[in-house]
Amino acid sequence: MEKPLLSVRNLTIDIPVGGGTLHAVRGIDFDLNRGETLCIVGESGSGKSLTSLAVMGLLSKTIRRTADRMDFDGTDLTRATPRTMRALRGARMAMIFQEPMTSLNPAYTIGDQLTEALLLHKPVGREAARARAIELLEKVGITAAESRLSQYPHQLSGGLRQRVMIAMALMCEPELIIADEPTTALDVTIQAQILRLLYDLGREMNMAMILITHDLGVVARVADKVAVMYAGELVETGPAAEVFNMPSHPYTRGLLRCIPLPGKTERGSKLGTIPGIVPSLVGDVQGCAFRTRCSYAEAACHGDIPRQGSGGHAFRCIHEDGNRHFEEAIA
Amino acid sequence: MLTFILKRLGLAVLVAFTVSFISFSLLFLAGDPAAALAGETASGEDIETLRRLYGFDRPMLVQYGDWLFSALRGDFGESYYFRLPVASLIAERLSVTMILGACGISFALLTAVPLGVAAAIRPNSIIDRVALFLSVAGQAMPSFWFGLILIVVFAIKLGWLPPSGASSAQHFIMPTIVLGYYAMPAIMRLTRAGMLDVLSSDYIRTARAKGAPEGRILFRHALRNAIIPVVSLAAVQMGFMLGGSIVVESIFALHGAGYLAWESIARNDLPTVQALILVFSMFYIVFTFLADVLNAWLDPRMRSS
Ligand SMILES: Nc1ncnc2c1ncn2[C@@H]1O[C@H](COP(=O)(O)OP(=O)(O)OP(=O)(O)O)[C@@H](O)[C@H]1O
Ligand code: SF4
Ligand SMILES: [Mg+2]
Repeated sequence: MEKPLLSVRNLTIDIPVGGGTLHAVRGIDFDLNRGETLCIVGESGSGKSLTSLAVMGLLSKTIRRTADRMDFDGTDLTRATPRTMRALRGARMAMIFQEPMTSLNPAYTIGDQLTEALLLHKPVGREAARARAIELLEKVGITAAESRLSQYPHQLSGGLRQRVMIAMALMCEPELIIADEPTTALDVTIQAQILRLLYDLGREMNMAMILITHDLGVVARVADKVAVMYAGELVETGPAAEVFNMPSHPYTRGLLRCIPLPGKTERGSKLGTIPGIVPSLVGDVQGCAFRTRCSYAEAACHGDIPRQGSGGHAFRCIHEDGNRHFEEAIA
Repeated sequence: MLTFILKRLGLAVLVAFTVSFISFSLLFLAGDPAAALAGETASGEDIETLRRLYGFDRPMLVQYGDWLFSALRGDFGESYYFRLPVASLIAERLSVTMILGACGISFALLTAVPLGVAAAIRPNSIIDRVALFLSVAGQAMPSFWFGLILIVVFAIKLGWLPPSGASSAQHFIMPTIVLGYYAMPAIMRLTRAGMLDVLSSDYIRTARAKGAPEGRILFRHALRNAIIPVVSLAAVQMGFMLGGSIVVESIFALHGAGYLAWESIARNDLPTVQALILVFSMFYIVFTFLADVLNAWLDPRMRSS
């Protein structure tokens, strides 16, 4: 089997807060092969952004990140020096953020910002960098690309800015691109358009992609793998088709309740909502974090939760073969 | 950018005219100029003669036009006290004030900006605490007191620097420190706050995501945005230093324009006061204009406003 481009084991993120330590992400494992698309889903605050920032090495200094392993194409990111990380960021791994309105520097032209990463990482001249910037602006569907280079961010709409952000991330042809809810801040009518564009360009350049999104319709269409996060844990992960066809964790099932199968899913469908509250992650976190909302919770859910599953499809729940068990319960 | 500059220039000229009119009116607000000129012992007849002689009997607008026209040619009339042309009087004193002002603001900026940046990079670190201490001390300490301490230590005890006068570069060292230290705390705190704010912004994260080195992130991406409010503040303080350094000029016996203003007010020397107010206001207007242009260059969003 091919060696994964990105391999993460037991990623843990602790944030010191007023009343102790917030265990925001706890023991996450996943692998991503070249050219593959991994979709991370989960409700707000489940740790999706923190996970992607951890891979990029962009967490703020006060946040503590540990992992048994975090390999990017043979480079151990847990031990990488700031210099090594800088050489990877922008060149071989790039990120597109949730907030297109504020993610561009207001003081510099689009052209300056587009060419920056390329000029930093590759031995190219200004002219070549400009040419590449124009080429990519055209690729992301921006008209009059050349004249845009001398414009400033405040002169562009949100949709255009996000296209610029996508073009910017692609400048060095990274092997991994992380898109953190790249369209949530945008108008609904152009959300799908931009995601499609991002996905197509990713395919074209054979990039591995981590896509964080709330749009299960998109997940159904583009994901090779799905990772479901709940309260800082990866509760279920596996090939997209398997997760959609046989969701095994009660939380995944809750999410998918109104969205049965890939292909049949409506565009723009939101995650199913599950009643109940998310437990506090400050201080010791024991047992299954979902038990406060789970209809199948038992005494055993307070203890250690086994990791189950076969092949690439894994989930964390005390119930074995959850799929059938819940299938009946819901029917 | 050019339209922006022209617009601001037009505005500056408009403000300059308004200010000139106000400073001219001061002459009349301050009481009967002819009586002031004649002195307390003068008779009513003498006052009337002076009134005609100096043209105070003409309508105010005519007098203003006359005064403005002369002022534009650099003629501010004659000082009541010195019996010398006000223009040459001010020109002589202004050089001292301008040197002091330029040194003072440079000292303030060169200490406050690096300190503010360093404090923002590591909040709550030793350097941040030192910066906070220096800024609190700078604000709590009156200039005259700080000036006197410096004189006692460096001029009297150690004998390193001359205590007063303006005849050499060394004479300007202590006044520069006192004046600059007065302006430093506000600039420092604004730089620190601006940098903290900008460093936590999304576009700095974007720059990091591109793999930009730390120095480039701090100075190219962050400082350029954080410095914008500092430029406006520095312009106001520069104007203030040129007009209001009376305390510092008095302590160190630097006979500059601030000191002249103070003397002239005490002597009721209205043409001199008038001209000084005008000159000081023009400084403010020029610095504000320059700050606007600099800010527009730093921040493209301002160009369109
Ligand atoms: N710098 C920080 N300081 C304190 N808490 C933080 C910090 N960053 C994130 N958190 C907390 O960590 C948790 C996970 O945050 P994260 O941003 O990863 O969520 P998310 O899954 O991306 O949510 P969303 O869908 O809203 O973007 C949240 O509860 C958040 O409040
Ligand atoms: S471990 Fe228990 S609480 Fe958690 S999902 Fe499974 S059944 Fe529900
Ligand atoms: Mg997020």
